[in-house]
Amino acid sequence: MRVNVTVNGEQRQADDVWEGESLLFMLRERLGLPGSKNACEQGECGSCTVYLDNVPVCACLVAAGQAQDRSVRTVEGLASGDELDPVQEAFVEAGAVQCGFCTPGLVVAAHDLLDRVPSPSDPEIREALAGNLCRCTGYEKILDAVRLAASRR
Amino acid sequence: MDFLRPETLAEALELKASRPDAVPIAGGTDVMVELNYDHRRPAALLDLTRIPELSEWSDGLRVGAGVPYVRIIEELGAQLPGLAMASRTVGSPQIRNRGTVGGNLGAASPAGDTHPVLLASDAVIEVASVRGTRMIPAVDFYLGVKRNAVEPDELIVAVHLAPAKGPQQFSKVGTRNAMVIAVCSFAISLFPAENRVGAAVGSAAPTPRRALEAEQFLASALDFASPKPLLDSVKREFGELVSRAASPIDDVRGSAAYRKHALAVMARRTLGWAWQELLDGEKACA
Repeated sequence: MRVNVTVNGEQRQADDVWEGESLLFMLRERLGLPGSKNACEQGECGSCTVYLDNVPVCACLVAAGQAQDRSVRTVEGLASGDELDPVQEAFVEAGAVQCGFCTPGLVVAAHDLLDRVPSPSDPEIREALAGNLCRCTGYEKILDAVRLAASRR
Repeated sequence: MDFLRPETLAEALELKASRPDAVPIAGGTDVMVELNYDHRRPAALLDLTRIPELSEWSDGLRVGAGVPYVRIIEELGAQLPGLAMASRTVGSPQIRNRGTVGGNLGAASPAGDTHPVLLASDAVIEVASVRGTRMIPAVDFYLGVKRNAVEPDELIVAVHLAPAKGPQQFSKVGTRNAMVIAVCSFAISLFPAENRVGAAVGSAAPTPRRALEAEQFLASALDFASPKPLLDSVKREFGELVSRAASPIDDVRGSAAYRKHALAVMARRTLGWAWQELLDGEKACA
């Protein structure tokens, strides 16, 4: 089937989409956006977190067809041109990136948190990132990055 | 595979009548896992996310089957505290943004987080088909492991749940706070004006189930008219009866013996919290 969807502000079209396919597969394999990572495919790890109509979701748990006529914002859509989003900048500065695989999902989840709660407490940060796993276990630096990004708002 | 995208409930019911093999999908948090892992290859998916009335609620309450957990937590917590508490323990923020009570009911997993609350709070499930609407009390809804009372041509439309008439509590055991399938869970609802108690266990039997003997014991042991601090013996007996209502198995998440033990602990604690809320309420009124 054909899916029409707005991705990062741009009207996109994907053809030959399998009806049981996930939004994640469509983004990565058909629309050339590999930023969202494919790991667990069951919503456990959060590495594929994207905004769907401004709500963070696991792209692996959204059927591609459900995104028809909706708006998706991926990690690729956070920076403006060469200018990183403040959350991305903070992840770089705080050294919150080890292997980097979980980073896109964490950046999107943190971005959403700071949009909703500009000065989050530590428990609020932990809760907001509870659906994102980092198997390098670099959580302390990740918390540092979110605190840093919040302090600059 | 076909991807069916009804825009109205009437259209969805027509489609389900002509394609009873179509699998409904809303938040996708269960269905997509099965598809991603090739555990299921349905002939069609029936996308319910475009039907506005499924994601609305009205006074009373009638909560649309497609209302995501996050909205129950943020907007219905004052009226449905037990359901909001259980919703808070579901998955992660991303999962709660998508997952729905309708999906919990459709999957009918014995471990589903909202089931004990629905049972303890006398919820009624509204299902519909082109043949008409059926109202199924939660206690008649769960038929077996991942089996419910929904017919192949029917869709789960809404959950009817009265605003809390007294304190409600929910408790769940797992290895961490987030992303946990319940090892076992427990819900209690007090109905002080009716001298009544609702109590139900989750993930501790082939279906979620009410603890009827425990409910009856507690209703007779509690003095709702002039509440006094709870006796330990009442809490202990209640916990014991709740534990006895369960028939758990040993599995990867926990042993049957552990589940029995944990249920008694959760029952005692949640009763303590609920009763304290009642006592505090009395004090505030005095």
